[in-house]
Amino acid sequence: MARFLIRRGLTMIALLFAISLVTFLLFIVVLPGGNPASMLAGRLANPSEVQLISHRYGFDQPVYVQYFKTMANIFDGSAYSYQSSFNVDDQIRQGLPTTVSLALGAGIIWLLVSILFGTLAAIRAGRYTDRVLTVLSMVGVSMPPFFLGAVIIFYLGYKTSILPINGYVPFTQSPIQWAYHLIAPWFTLSVLFIGFYSRVLRSTILDTLSEDYVRTARAKGLSPRRVLVHHVLRTSLLPIISLWGLDFAQVIGGGAILTESVYGLHGVGYLAAQSVGKLDTVTLLSIVMLTAIAVVVLQALVDFLYAVLDPRIRLA
Amino acid sequence: MSEPLLHVEDLRVSFATEDGLVQAVDGVSFEVDRGEVVAIVGESGSGKSVSAMTVMGLTRGPNARIDGVVTLDGQELLKASESQLQRIRGGSIAMVFQDPMSSLNPVYRIGDQIIEQIRTHQPHVSRAQAAERSVELLERVGIPRARERMRSYPHEFSGGMRQRVMIAMALSCSPKVLIADEPTTALDVTIQAQILDELRELREQTRAGIILVTHDLAVVADIADRVIVMYAGRVVEQGTLDELFYDPQHPYTWGLLGSITRIDRDRSKRLPAIPGVPPSLLHPPAGCHFRPRCPHAFGQCMQVPELNARVADAPAHLDRCWLTVEQKRSVRQVDGQIGLASPSAVVS
Amino acid sequence: MSATGADGDATGLGVSDGAVGGHSGASGALMEVEHLRVLFPIKSGLVVDRTIGHVHAVDDVSFTLREGETLGIVGESGCGKTTLIRTLVRLLDPTAGVIRFRGEEITGRSRRQLQPVRRQMQMVFQDPQASLNPRKRVGQILATPLKLRGLAGDRIEAESRALLERVGLHAEHLGRFPHEFSGGQRQRIGVARALAVEPRLILLDEPVSALDVSIQAQVINLLEDLQEELHLSYVFVAHDLSVVRHESDRIAVMYLGKLMEVSPSEELYDKPIHPYTSFLLMAIPIPDPAENRARTRQVVTGEVPSPIDPPAGCRFHTRCPRASDLCREVEPQLTEYARGHLAACHHPQNVSPAEIAAARRSEATPLSAGAETPRLPVSSA
Ligand SMILES: Nc1ncnc2c1ncn2[C@@H]1O[C@H](COP(=O)(O)OP(=O)(O)OP(=O)(O)O)[C@@H](O)[C@H]1O
Ligand SMILES: Nc1ncnc2c1ncn2[C@@H]1O[C@H](COP(=O)(O)OP(=O)(O)O)[C@@H](O)[C@H]1O
Ligand code: SF4
Ligand code: SF4
Ligand SMILES: [Mg+2]
Ligand SMILES: [Mg+2]
Repeated sequence: MARFLIRRGLTMIALLFAISLVTFLLFIVVLPGGNPASMLAGRLANPSEVQLISHRYGFDQPVYVQYFKTMANIFDGSAYSYQSSFNVDDQIRQGLPTTVSLALGAGIIWLLVSILFGTLAAIRAGRYTDRVLTVLSMVGVSMPPFFLGAVIIFYLGYKTSILPINGYVPFTQSPIQWAYHLIAPWFTLSVLFIGFYSRVLRSTILDTLSEDYVRTARAKGLSPRRVLVHHVLRTSLLPIISLWGLDFAQVIGGGAILTESVYGLHGVGYLAAQSVGKLDTVTLLSIVMLTAIAVVVLQALVDFLYAVLDPRIRLA
Repeated sequence: MSEPLLHVEDLRVSFATEDGLVQAVDGVSFEVDRGEVVAIVGESGSGKSVSAMTVMGLTRGPNARIDGVVTLDGQELLKASESQLQRIRGGSIAMVFQDPMSSLNPVYRIGDQIIEQIRTHQPHVSRAQAAERSVELLERVGIPRARERMRSYPHEFSGGMRQRVMIAMALSCSPKVLIADEPTTALDVTIQAQILDELRELREQTRAGIILVTHDLAVVADIADRVIVMYAGRVVEQGTLDELFYDPQHPYTWGLLGSITRIDRDRSKRLPAIPGVPPSLLHPPAGCHFRPRCPHAFGQCMQVPELNARVADAPAHLDRCWLTVEQKRSVRQVDGQIGLASPSAVVS
Repeated sequence: MSATGADGDATGLGVSDGAVGGHSGASGALMEVEHLRVLFPIKSGLVVDRTIGHVHAVDDVSFTLREGETLGIVGESGCGKTTLIRTLVRLLDPTAGVIRFRGEEITGRSRRQLQPVRRQMQMVFQDPQASLNPRKRVGQILATPLKLRGLAGDRIEAESRALLERVGLHAEHLGRFPHEFSGGQRQRIGVARALAVEPRLILLDEPVSALDVSIQAQVINLLEDLQEELHLSYVFVAHDLSVVRHESDRIAVMYLGKLMEVSPSEELYDKPIHPYTSFLLMAIPIPDPAENRARTRQVVTGEVPSPIDPPAGCRFHTRCPRASDLCREVEPQLTEYARGHLAACHHPQNVSPAEIAAARRSEATPLSAGAETPRLPVSSA
């Protein structure tokens, strides 16, 4: 256990360092052709002003100094966007509750529904239910969120007013309104994952069903239900759970750009979309770091869960 | 004579596959009495496992067609409902499988897997009582420090120990019949000897009937009372151990007996192997299934021989070959020992 | 502990002076193996992995393989058989020791330098299914080694046909994929592929264990025919002593990485010297009901100890019915009794006092057992 935590901690730090370095070099040094100082100073600024700004922000310093300064700013919350002069940390902080709400709800929905669909499809393999679910998941996988979102907003929002058109209500303000406003985004985001996950689960369950130990379980006289839940699902869920960990982390890190934008949710994804438009490198860099941290932490959690669920795997 | 413990009559199992109908078992009949070991031998794919598993209803499925009669103590099993079968599986009939490495669930503790079976069949037994019983069972099959080992996972056990756990589990509900499907094939000879000892002791103590599925005639000679030889889904010969080894009636049995390398015999230059390969069950040859590999085949072999008693004074010694007993007794001698044909005459 | 007479204790042996145990650079030796060791490190650590122990897979094994000979290697699973022969073809690197092939040392050679030698030794694997590339046709599988031999175009085609016929398959099988064959046929393809480079030596790792008895016999016959025709040498590894004995001229019995006994195969069944060999022999059921009933069999107990921390002294002492204090402390020397029959045991069985008197220490003795046989007091019961 201690070994796992220490090793994981060290790899996490190493990983984050590598990610930050690569993104820094890409964003700050390579990508935005031209001098950020002249961008900051505006089109009408004269060279001495640019130089002044350059000096103030440290653009005239060696790259590694810039790197450490930027990272230090990002992590102690004192990074400012060059474009908007907003504190980046505050902006992410503002968006985070929305994004976490979206991710949590959608994550739970897509996990549970795909377990249900995947299991059903597997135990009914080759039969009617399986075929229907197969078609459904194909549709789900090929349904882009902006399209699905637009359709939902049009029919359930504008036409019938069953659901709100957009916006976010904090949970602390009104839990009911919070959920009411998030139903459509949750659904939209889930559809994509459900299609994919239930396919994966279906095939792992089918593999597990042909394992010798499942035959043993049946030969012991266990009920089909007990065989399924205790002997098949427990091992079959492992790949789904690790996929889930990664995808969930992605959404937390602003990965649901399309869903957030369609529904006007001002979350991390929305912030990311805007920063891309403005080439706001400091904000983007911060969001990338957030994603990286989320991915690395969730991956560690998934590995831990794996080891709990499968004793053959030793934590290391 | 009293009713046999397990009675299998004219069992037929076929599977619908993408390529066509596979007749995996084609008219198998046998009986198992209390305290008796009946061995089913044959090459892989001959239908041994399917026969054994069908007795427990483990081959049921949408693409399987099962006909015949199987009775256990008078109770019909092939038409029994799924819930009746659940009570029988692991209760009156228990099963031990070929590969002990994969037959236990890797994610549960050994103890929990035994307790699960006990409590499925005896719901009134408390967990603690079931645990106590499991420890006793593990001790009985020779697992040292059984109490501690209850908490181990299967991957922490060697192959031999896992097979003991499977046997302990099978014993947990005092079965009347134990089906052991190649219980020693995946194990070293030393561990095989230990497991066979375990089965012998089990038979003595519980008087359970044992169906032993194997392809190893040496194992059969070691433990069986009666033997059934299967070839391509059909029984080609069945009889007592001695009848089968000392007066074998079917050319396929001769081939099996001849191809064994024996540790106690001089090293002969060549083994009298059976030429060719077993037929595909999708398109089995017409008539006697063994015909394409049989050096003694003649015109009549185009018709399927009945499984009949042909040897005088041996009413339970059945075989499925058109040759007369005299012909058989004269042609089965090859270089002073039983074999299909002279090895040099056989083109491989 | 042990009975007198034929079962005398072998202690106080003289030191051998010459080449014994078929272990010398004498002519006729195809492969010589001296004190070969293969250890696999076990790694663990809080932050950085450190080696915290070793799996003693092959621990100081020496033997000589003569031209045209079949050497059988038997032992329980995990005793190091596979590791040993994989090291002989240098698929694994030895931790220590020397391997000489036709007098040339091959242990220190790089992959490139090994090329010409590799071509003379081929391996056939246990699982005929797993060892053939499922996406390649038989023709392609055979063409690769034939190209290596320097053949071109139509010669390859002709040679492939000839190879297939040689192993009892047909030329029309060239266009098929491995999965279209039965297990026995796949093993024949494996043998054909090995033969393609015209090797001198073929190392067979459980070549028939995955096959049915009747098919086993076909493959065994094929191997014997090929040996006769092509004057091949075999190292034949299996856990089934009766198959090994049928196939081999000499048999080496391994236990926990070490040689316990090396015997001409005719002698092994009637005159096992090492208790472990008897142990293996006793475990084998005889396919004859009457003989089986007549045989009194001692129950074989226990399992192989961990090769990570093998027992001190004689490795077999934890399961040996004859074990004494001496066995627990002192590793026995590999001792050569009459006719090249070697065993490493302090209390050998089936040897006459005359044979004990004539016995000498074999040079194949592991280094850890010491250079000389110590004159220890005879342990008695
Ligand atoms: N569920 C199934 N669907 C289709 N065919 C099947 C099924 N189960 C078994 N068979 C076929 O039935 C035949 C008999 O199989 P079985 O497993 O009984 O052979 P076996 O004698 O036990 O062989 P082995 O020694 O390889 O286990 C084989 O041809 C096999 O492919
Ligand atoms: N790559 C490896 N790493 C660690 N241990 C190994 C490795 N390969 C083999 N071993 C161990 O070495 C021992 C001998 O293995 P092997 O030669 O495969 O046995 P056999 O062929 O006799 O069954 C075993 O204990 C095995 O677990
Ligand atoms: S019936 Fe004919 S083909 Fe079949 S085993 Fe007898 S002799 Fe051979
Ligand atoms: S040396 Fe080893 S094998 Fe020989 S008697 Fe002692 S313990 Fe047994
Ligand atoms: Mg089988
Ligand atoms: Mg091996």
